[in-house]
Amino acid sequence: MSDKPLTARDYPVAETRPEQVAGSRGKPLSSLTLDAVIGGDVDIEDLRITPQALLQQAQISRSVGRAALAENFERAAEMTRLPQDEVMTIYELLRPGRAESKDSLLDAASRIRRDHDAQQLADFLEEAARFYELRGLFRKRY
Amino acid sequence: MSQSYDANRWKRFDDWDARALRLDKFAVEDPENGFSAFRGAADPKPGLGIKGGKVTSMDGVAARDFDLIDAFIATYHIDPDIAEEAMAIPSEQLARMLVDMNVPRTELTRLARGLTPAKLAETVAQLNAMELSFAYSKMRARQSPGNQAHVTNAKDDPLQLAADAAIAVALGFDEIETTMRVARNSWSNALACCVGSAVGRAGTLFQCSSEEAEELEIGMAGFTSYAETVSVYGTESAFIDGDDTPWSKAWLAAAYASRGIKMRCTSGAAAELLMGFHEAKSLLYLEARCLCLQRGMGSQGTQNGGIDGAPLASSMPGGVRELLAENLVAVWLDLECASGNDARHSESDMRVAAKVLPYLIGGSDLICSGFGSILKYDNSFNPSSFNGEELEEFLVLQRDFEADGGLTAVEDARALDLRRRAIDALSHVLKDLGLAEATEVMKRSVAVASGSNDTQSFTPRDVALISDKIHSQGITVLDVIRSLHRGGFRDEAENLLFLVKLRVSGDYLQTSAVVRDGRVISAINDPNEYTGPGTGHRLSEERRAELAAIREVLDREEVLRAEATSEMGEAKAIRYQTMGPATPGTDPQEIVVGVSPGFGSKIFRTLAGHPLSAVLRALKAGIERGGGTMRIVRFWHTADTSFLGLSAARLSGSGLGIGIQSKGTAVIHQKDRLPHNNLELFSNAPITTLDHYEAMGFNATSYAQGVLPEPVVVPTRGEALGARFHPRVALTYAIETSMTEDGAAPENLQITFLET
Repeated sequence: MSDKPLTARDYPVAETRPEQVAGSRGKPLSSLTLDAVIGGDVDIEDLRITPQALLQQAQISRSVGRAALAENFERAAEMTRLPQDEVMTIYELLRPGRAESKDSLLDAASRIRRDHDAQQLADFLEEAARFYELRGLFRKRY
Repeated sequence: MSQSYDANRWKRFDDWDARALRLDKFAVEDPENGFSAFRGAADPKPGLGIKGGKVTSMDGVAARDFDLIDAFIATYHIDPDIAEEAMAIPSEQLARMLVDMNVPRTELTRLARGLTPAKLAETVAQLNAMELSFAYSKMRARQSPGNQAHVTNAKDDPLQLAADAAIAVALGFDEIETTMRVARNSWSNALACCVGSAVGRAGTLFQCSSEEAEELEIGMAGFTSYAETVSVYGTESAFIDGDDTPWSKAWLAAAYASRGIKMRCTSGAAAELLMGFHEAKSLLYLEARCLCLQRGMGSQGTQNGGIDGAPLASSMPGGVRELLAENLVAVWLDLECASGNDARHSESDMRVAAKVLPYLIGGSDLICSGFGSILKYDNSFNPSSFNGEELEEFLVLQRDFEADGGLTAVEDARALDLRRRAIDALSHVLKDLGLAEATEVMKRSVAVASGSNDTQSFTPRDVALISDKIHSQGITVLDVIRSLHRGGFRDEAENLLFLVKLRVSGDYLQTSAVVRDGRVISAINDPNEYTGPGTGHRLSEERRAELAAIREVLDREEVLRAEATSEMGEAKAIRYQTMGPATPGTDPQEIVVGVSPGFGSKIFRTLAGHPLSAVLRALKAGIERGGGTMRIVRFWHTADTSFLGLSAARLSGSGLGIGIQSKGTAVIHQKDRLPHNNLELFSNAPITTLDHYEAMGFNATSYAQGVLPEPVVVPTRGEALGARFHPRVALTYAIETSMTEDGAAPENLQITFLET
């Protein structure tokens, strides 16, 4: 893949560069056929989106002035590395009154930064912790 | 019958009370208590302070006093590089730019990134309903409009879900959404709709609306492809009461994208008011906050425009205009917009149709964020604006306005084929995966059922067992694809695989993405480029023909076919014999009945369905009761009722004639009157009875004797006769006029009634 960021001209990526589109175990689109599914050669993991694909979509979004959408795709690219349980645990922690102090959010931030190389998501959690404290969200609601 | 004339109320009010409209409740504008569409008591003036690339104040609130929503908007929505330029433009000027076809959409979406919620609200509030509609049409993101369906039923019956999903796909919905009566049935609903939506065509996106964590899990198993349950609110208290924050929702937005699932947020006017946390702000201002938040979160789109609050918003003055205004803010912020028209906001069909019209004619990414493709009682989201009952009305509105509402009619035979195919496919999968066994009776009852009241199928308890098994056995969409293939449902297996493969590239995560003809189209490769007449979305000839092709349309051949079925009966009832040229009569008792060229030869029934033989019999009886004699004359020079009548009167010995067309329109005429100044006229042939014709015959004789009779009045109950009959009238009349010949002489007809 070239380093040049993708633009609207490269969209839809599955049509313009199918050879570069692959599932999370590296199987390219062309190998995800019905026969392969029937033969048991395709796993649900092969149908998972990769961080690369999300970053490419982020480049395309940015090229048409949708930076906020691009940032979401970039956070999502990091999140592909988080196990589902971790995604849901942190979601729960972000809901009002779940964390008793900012420490649990900050701990989660350190954990995903360390274990999953999730820089932007960690920053995002730290920022949430700051605003939650300002707005008094660290109290039990039920 | 006793009549009371001492009522203290004009009885018209009783009539009005009986209308469905009066079931709607309307609210007084009360800005202090949150009942204001545009002018909240506490709405702030627009304003923005920026220092060193950071927002220091926004809409009258200093950064240190920001609530969570302000903070999120200031951090993620406001683009400091654009804000100064954008906020400096007077809102009057921005409003004009929105309706100026020469200002490109992209320039306006660029500026929106620097506008605060109060500024956005202040701008769109200046547009009237027409301007809002136009601006919405210009600003919406994807050029080709689309639509979304609800597919649910009151029993959570998977067989019916599969059949109804297949129908929704055939109707052309880009997205279908299900939900459950019983929460634990989610996995079964997901599998059933997933299979049904793979019948007939590939690429319809599918959502199973359920609890957040479960919805994600169902998505990860590959059954669903989009989600729109990420709700946001315009006040901090409402947000927290909804058990979320902007950060938790933004986390979910990323979570869906990270699993390759298309996602949009949901917000709509009056949600905060319903939840009791409105802060005395207007519906529009709160909604502008919601929408800035959604853009900031990186949501590609929004389900917006009242949604559950639509009925409450619509209870206020200007409430429906506000729904247009908030949708305009959404598309101005460059978000995909599933533009409400979802929860039915009124009991009045007229209010419903009026509300949808701007979206239908102007287009929308998804005109309804939930069109009930099923009957009202089967709609587990609550009745939609349009439901299975009203689906054909929507198809006709598309045809009337030549406007693409995203739907296409489905023919009877094809509908049943698709339902059977979907039911067979799902029954096979349920059996093959050891989930359940559907009997022939179940399958047959569902295939023909309009709704779940007509089915003998799975009960909610059966469904809970199916659902639990799908979940506990870890069944994924790949298991379903393999099972379909094993059962010989190869097309369906291919269609399903096509859809799940789309998530690998993430192409359908982009703004306004849907799948058409095997291709992802979105605001990237199908951007709305409206810049005036001849640009933007236009119907192709092919699509125009599809919109026109509703069922049961009349043509000349159809009218003649229908007449041919009556011809045989008439041949047994009456015989017409031509007796040579008709000349003026001398008998003062004579009433001439002038018939049109096709009377009894091409056309055999009136619009009311009376055989023409019976009509002549009635006229004759009436004339004879009055002491007259009937002479029948066929005219060839005209098919017009007035001229038939006048010509008949001029030939009549009494000077009185009756003119009658094949379709039953009849007139009493006198020889010295002007053509259109007749004595009596039955213009409403479809409701004219044989007794009326008899009375007409009698009255003709009264006039002949110089007596003024009580004119025969054909009573109408207000039927839209034009709508019911005019196409047939015009076609029938065209058949008759084509038989006329200038200057052709009239002929005497002798008739013989063959039956008693």
